[in-house]
Amino acid sequence: MGHKYTGRTFIVEILAIALGLVFLVPFYYVISNSLKPFAEILTNTSALPKVFQFENYVQAFEKLDYLNVFTNSLIITVTSNIVLVIFCSMAAYMLVRTKKKISHVIFMTFVAAMIIPFQSIMIPLVKTAGNFGLLNSIWGLVIMYLGFGSGMTIFLYHGFIKGIPVELEEAAIIDGCTRFGVFWRIVFPLLKPITVTIVILNSLWIWNDFLLPSLVLQDPELRTIPLATFFFFGQYTKQWDLALAALVLGIIPLLIFFFSMQKHIIKGITSGSIK
Amino acid sequence: MNSQSNLKEVDGSVIVRDTSKHKAESKPFLSKKNLKNAGLFTLFVGPVFLAFTLIVLIPFFTGVYYAFTDWNGVTGAVQWVGLDNFKYLLFEDKQFHASFILTTKYTVVAILLTNLIGFGLALLVTQMLKTSNILRTVFFMPNLLGGLLLGFIWQFIFVKGFASIGELTGIPLFELAWLGDASTAFWGIVIVSVWQGAGYIMIIYIAALQNVPQELIEAARIDGANRWQVLRHITMPLVAPAVTICLFLTTASSFKIFDANLSLTNGGPFKSTEMLALNIYTEAFVNNRYGIGEAKALIFFLIVAAISVLQVTISKKREVES
Repeated sequence: MGHKYTGRTFIVEILAIALGLVFLVPFYYVISNSLKPFAEILTNTSALPKVFQFENYVQAFEKLDYLNVFTNSLIITVTSNIVLVIFCSMAAYMLVRTKKKISHVIFMTFVAAMIIPFQSIMIPLVKTAGNFGLLNSIWGLVIMYLGFGSGMTIFLYHGFIKGIPVELEEAAIIDGCTRFGVFWRIVFPLLKPITVTIVILNSLWIWNDFLLPSLVLQDPELRTIPLATFFFFGQYTKQWDLALAALVLGIIPLLIFFFSMQKHIIKGITSGSIK
Repeated sequence: MNSQSNLKEVDGSVIVRDTSKHKAESKPFLSKKNLKNAGLFTLFVGPVFLAFTLIVLIPFFTGVYYAFTDWNGVTGAVQWVGLDNFKYLLFEDKQFHASFILTTKYTVVAILLTNLIGFGLALLVTQMLKTSNILRTVFFMPNLLGGLLLGFIWQFIFVKGFASIGELTGIPLFELAWLGDASTAFWGIVIVSVWQGAGYIMIIYIAALQNVPQELIEAARIDGANRWQVLRHITMPLVAPAVTICLFLTTASSFKIFDANLSLTNGGPFKSTEMLALNIYTEAFVNNRYGIGEAKALIFFLIVAAISVLQVTISKKREVES
């Protein structure tokens, strides 16, 4: 691998940095303009703000009901992840270890359903969900994420569990451990790497999801960040000062998540995509 | 199959030995052990399968049924209309045709650009640059944000940012009203999705490039191959499986685009950038024509399913060959 840093590499480096800056330009525009008063956004869009003022943020924070929508997003994402991890790891484990035809049929149903696009389900879903009282409730939404996320989550767990030798579990059973205990005390801890991948992939999906919550949560009190941003943009069209601050408030949690979990995220994406 | 699996089963290995002795004489279906196993199976698999049935399977199949009805979602009366909805879509619904063609065009353009740029970025950041790690992060960052936020960010860039850059530089490209015109608005959506997708695809290509044995490349260089030849004849064939994965990933995600479409243009100007997913959404939830919306959704599903089946077939074939 020992390569010299040649003049050519230097030129490539300059080009790459320039490209990186181009990628960052949209962020620059949004963040710098979110700190300007409205008039300055119109007259001086490209320049840095003359004075950094956070008035837009104070207003957007209040009008978005940010604390509330942030909490909603957090509760929905965390609960859905917990539910998905618990029930899908259990199911995948049983499907791998029970070598019966029914396991294969159930597993294939989960996998095959992964190709159904959300648009093909959403219309009757709203009706079914209404019948079962799942509309306008965070719990209802969590159950839906369990349903929609189950395909990929079980698929990833299934592939991983197949690689775990069964002897460990047999030994534990001889020692008098129940099947339930075997799974939670011995198998589940071994699943940690794939659990991290799964949690990251599902978190990004659920946190950013717009269409499903927009159909399920009609009560403004229950809105998530993407929903609140959407309605805010609709209400304050062309009021860029507030809209941009709201946008940055929507981006910040994702950036914090990313920078604290960067390594895992990149790894998760790589292993999650190569199915 | 069954007798083999009995031995393999973990549960109560003591009992397993026991039953295998008596297996020849009797194997009652409702034995205590079988019941216990069935109970455990239901306990482990049941909850998620129930949610999955309720949320995915039932709505999917009722949806297929509704595609052949005139359901409007409001009244209880649902009339079977046979193939009427599909005839309407095929012969009358011009907007559906336009959305269909637009989505296909968009998918082709987005696949090509996202993969070319994603691959280019992966090549760049694997060049032993001092800033490689930081650049990786930068190129990947747009991918974190959902399509909705991205669309709004770019709405500002196209409306105000580009105008300002145009003013400063005098480049006519930036002085256009990007979202006000059908063809530039189309390219606007392409730009947003490439900006978002290229970093994701880059991550997969990086993993593939890192698996290319360095010795092979060095050997070829020593034999006098230039950089282009190395790329063309050594690197490219070795990352071909990743290319297949990425092509299909981008095909599926491009074809299903909704969020960025909604937030960037909302189908405008005058429905000229309304992609299929948004068209289905509007038909169902704005026009309240659920039956026709479901017929569209069914066609949509068949296309997506065909793409996925093709993907699985091709990657399976690859695995066998390699």
